[in-house]
Amino acid sequence: MRRLPPARLTPFLLALFLLAPPAHALVDPSEMLQNPVLEKRAEAIGRQLRCLVCQNESIEASGASLARDLRRIVRQHVAEGWSNRRVIAWMVQRYGSFVLLDPPFEPLTWLLWASPFLALAGGFGTVLVLRRQPSRPPPPLSAAEKEKVADLLAR
Amino acid sequence: MNRRTLLLAPLGVVVAGAAGVAVLLERDYVPSALPSMLIGKRPPRFRLPAQPPGPAFSSADLAAPPRPMLVNFFASWCIPCVQEAAMLRHLRQGGMKIWGIAYKDKPADAAAFLAENGNPYARLDSDLAGTVAINWGVYGVPETYLIDRSGIVRWRWAGALTREVVASRLNPLLRRYA
Repeated sequence: MRRLPPARLTPFLLALFLLAPPAHALVDPSEMLQNPVLEKRAEAIGRQLRCLVCQNESIEASGASLARDLRRIVRQHVAEGWSNRRVIAWMVQRYGSFVLLDPPFEPLTWLLWASPFLALAGGFGTVLVLRRQPSRPPPPLSAAEKEKVADLLAR
Repeated sequence: MNRRTLLLAPLGVVVAGAAGVAVLLERDYVPSALPSMLIGKRPPRFRLPAQPPGPAFSSADLAAPPRPMLVNFFASWCIPCVQEAAMLRHLRQGGMKIWGIAYKDKPADAAAFLAENGNPYARLDSDLAGTVAINWGVYGVPETYLIDRSGIVRWRWAGALTREVVASRLNPLLRRYA
């Protein structure tokens, strides 16, 4: 019968899992730039770019073939000495600001960026309205209601 | 306003949200569909080898077509491309000029695909590396671009051209840019 690892090993195994570096990129070693500084930059750029096929992953994290092609182009441009800004602008020119995982502040996204503040303002508004109109005390009970209360209390 | 009417506010928000969603659905809103950056612009410059049976074309050949025309990116490995093949043939028979670009496809495979599904393309390029497609902003196959008589891209459809798409989207644009 298989046995579980002894309990005293658990903290050690836990530490091992927690200390393991997270797997960021699917980048094939053959895709990587020789220069580690440039490769780091390319990875940082790629993590900001959306994979257009899977749409909720960056091109660094995606296994899609288009993502691989875009990773290659990012590395090519970085190796040619392009600035991060220029590499990203090249992508936006072709795929629009949708390619940016972090939505930019532009007319189409004004509402998106403003929504937390709008919600906050709505909350404040609600509180103000409620404060300005303190609840009036309820009208005094009618004779019939008083009788009913007395009846209930007498039980 | 008293507290009771304020209780209706969340209901109002929900109703407004539902109305918004209804409008989007009515307009066939596809959240994952990307707007093309080429709309209102000329296609990027390119020169590609011919995809047999060809002949090849370059961006210069798209500068001023006599009538609005379609450029269609396809691949033999693409299932929706098989689905739209009949529609492309139908459009071709109706006199539409369609040029094709085989995307990331071995020329022999693409040629076999055309032999099997019919060849609706008057001219054919092979974009084996897929780099020209990236310059067009292609993010999958099939994709179809409508180019007007002044060589400006007016419309992009990502996905198969179905009867509904042709009737509700392409045909009105063809009338407008005829």
